[in-house]
Amino acid sequence: MLIRRPSGILPSEITPPEVYRERRRFMQGVGALAAGAVLGSAGDATAGPRLPGVRASAYRLDEERTPYKDVTTYNNFYEFGTGKGDPAENAGSLRTQPWTVTVEGEVLRRGTWDIDTLLKLAPLEERVYRMRCVEGWSMVIPWVGFPLRELIRRAEPTSKAKYVEFVTLYDPAQMPGQRSRVLDWPYVEGLRLDEAMHPLTLLAVGLYGEVLPKQNGAPVRLVVPWKYGFKSAKSIVKIRLVEKQPVSSWVRANPAEYGFYSNVNPHVDHPRWSQAKERRIGEFFKRDTLMFNGYGDQVAQLYRGMDLKRFF
Amino acid sequence: MGTVLRNPKVWIFGLCLLPLLRLIALGLGSGLGANPIEFITRSTGTWTLVGLLATLAVTPLRRFTGRAGLVRYRRMLGLFAFFYACLHVVTYLWLDQFFELAMIAKDIVKRPFITVGFAAFILLIPLAVTSTQAMMRRLGRRWKALHRLVYAIAVLGVIHYVWLVKQDMTQPLIYGAVLAVLLAARLPQGVGIKLTIAGLSSKWKPSQN
Repeated sequence: MLIRRPSGILPSEITPPEVYRERRRFMQGVGALAAGAVLGSAGDATAGPRLPGVRASAYRLDEERTPYKDVTTYNNFYEFGTGKGDPAENAGSLRTQPWTVTVEGEVLRRGTWDIDTLLKLAPLEERVYRMRCVEGWSMVIPWVGFPLRELIRRAEPTSKAKYVEFVTLYDPAQMPGQRSRVLDWPYVEGLRLDEAMHPLTLLAVGLYGEVLPKQNGAPVRLVVPWKYGFKSAKSIVKIRLVEKQPVSSWVRANPAEYGFYSNVNPHVDHPRWSQAKERRIGEFFKRDTLMFNGYGDQVAQLYRGMDLKRFF
Repeated sequence: MGTVLRNPKVWIFGLCLLPLLRLIALGLGSGLGANPIEFITRSTGTWTLVGLLATLAVTPLRRFTGRAGLVRYRRMLGLFAFFYACLHVVTYLWLDQFFELAMIAKDIVKRPFITVGFAAFILLIPLAVTSTQAMMRRLGRRWKALHRLVYAIAVLGVIHYVWLVKQDMTQPLIYGAVLAVLLAARLPQGVGIKLTIAGLSSKWKPSQN
């Protein structure tokens, strides 16, 4: 399959986090001075250890990346509360070591992967993807990970495997948001097998070259850039290959508003708000939402002949 | 100066300005977070509801405390609710939609939560316009009838909140419960208490899924 490379920015042209953070610290300093207040810059207290051996990849964007601070403080991760700031505030209680991910179901080689082994399963690469939330905002995030297909391939799906189900950790002691019944825990998401095997579908273990922050779904999460953000399950403990279409948490919560596919689509509105436009975090004007979040060249053929208004 | 500070109206006025001052302070210090426009929209909406509920609390408070003079502060509270409603609507029209009239019209017609929110705002306008002493005199008995609209407005405001929330209904239901109590407190006593309890218990059952 032809993967079109979006007009390329050389990896060398991308500002490394150290440099741009230093830049921001400087600007924050200027701002603080201007305000006549000596505000202690929070700096990057949340910044984690760097991931070694991350390769650049062909998946980059000619769009400004959302600042690290926004990516790590404005999150939907109901396991830690429904407010956007809750995950950054509460995710400290999550223990990401030890961590295992079980691959099971319709596979020949069922297996449980230790997170450290999983990290070495395939070369880690950086991919800059758009992220569009169903609520109407978006970001550009440099993820680190490897294609999910690398893992699924090793499990050898049987001919009965048609869908893949992802299950997030369920442990209210570590995830205080699970004490509220806002969703049916554990969080479940699903993809069709061909979507899961698509080269764009990423199993992410980091962002901005660093170990994935807990509020972003540590230690391992899914990133499906052409679907609304909630499809990308976080803090995954189980990946099951199944014959029947899984019932995801959001579909269970509200089937009229959230569909199994949930492809980004400016022509199919959420019943309560328009999806035609989005606010890119950090920008003032709204921008038009792109079909399949701008990944139509790569993924549109997956849905050929399907009525996307029906299969929303 | 002393007499000015002894006037509770001055204190209430200052108190009502705090949410706006907070927004300005946060804005200057880049404290509005990753999505400032959403923050401002939410905040002004919240304070509109708080203002409406505070306005509606005056009558029950008068009854319970026996201090009829409290009515003096009601107009100011109501006008502050209107003030925050204006900020809320302007934020939506300007910062959120950038005065794209076609989009706005579509929103108002197609999105029930915007329809009821917009209706509530439109209904607030005649109340604000007729809030002066002169208007009260001119309208006489009809003034009271007109200003009963505030009950409908508050209900619409809570519905607006309930319908916009994605999944977590806790906050809107708290506002709904307070409103239910304030409305029930206006009914003759026996009925009021019964309805309040019924209203609360039905509201507090987990209504998710």
